[in-house]
Amino acid sequence: MTEETPSFKRELLATLPSLRAFAVSLSGKHDKADDLVQDTVMKAWAKQTSYQMGTNLKAWLFTILRNEFYSQMRKRGREVQDSDGTFTERMAVHPSQYGVTDLADFKKALDALPDDQREAIVLIGASGFSYEEAAEICECAVGTMKSRVSRARTRLQGMLGVTGEADYGPDAVSAQVTSSPHFG
Amino acid sequence: MRDITKMNHMPPARSRRSDDGLGPNSDIGAKLRALFVSVQDEGIPDRFLDLLEQLDHAEQKAKAPTANAESE
Repeated sequence: MTEETPSFKRELLATLPSLRAFAVSLSGKHDKADDLVQDTVMKAWAKQTSYQMGTNLKAWLFTILRNEFYSQMRKRGREVQDSDGTFTERMAVHPSQYGVTDLADFKKALDALPDDQREAIVLIGASGFSYEEAAEICECAVGTMKSRVSRARTRLQGMLGVTGEADYGPDAVSAQVTSSPHFG
Repeated sequence: MRDITKMNHMPPARSRRSDDGLGPNSDIGAKLRALFVSVQDEGIPDRFLDLLEQLDHAEQKAKAPTANAESE
């Protein structure tokens, strides 16, 4: 048992940045997201004996965070999701291949999606989960996950006025995206 | 960390899908990842490092109430 703890902690730490990013996408706000991550870390720590080392810690943590988010929402009642006011400030100092307003607009569109569609497209498109893993995290069928992702994509394209792959221009942005070291 | 693919009875992760319209050539996919990465790259706030430190410490103490020897 004593050997498991440092390793569990290390793996937990390694997953925290992406767990936080998921929390921000769920709650829409940094401060709320961090509270959510904190609750998740404490829950996960308390439950760590039920986690088997060597299995998918990332999916396990995402599941706990997601459950925590929805149970808190049910308790508090649905708050209108107010887009992250601090986002633009944060982005302003973050080097990105996109302009700040460009991504801020995208975030607004993402926040406008229904919860189930937003989490689906984030888990699949950004967090690197397979459809099977994402379906397990969201406790739905793989087919449901696929259709949520597809609907989310269509809606985002509609809101942002793009039509998908064929539409993206021959601009420098796209070229940078594909060669960016961020996207491994 | 990367080779772990099983949660409960979850099947192994599939290789990258090509049909979901979120690949490297997709504007939506690229922006989604840029947004996600922008938060990821903020690093881990101190509050979480402190929290884990405290949790770890509390656990060590509970395990070895007399000798507090086993640290990492």
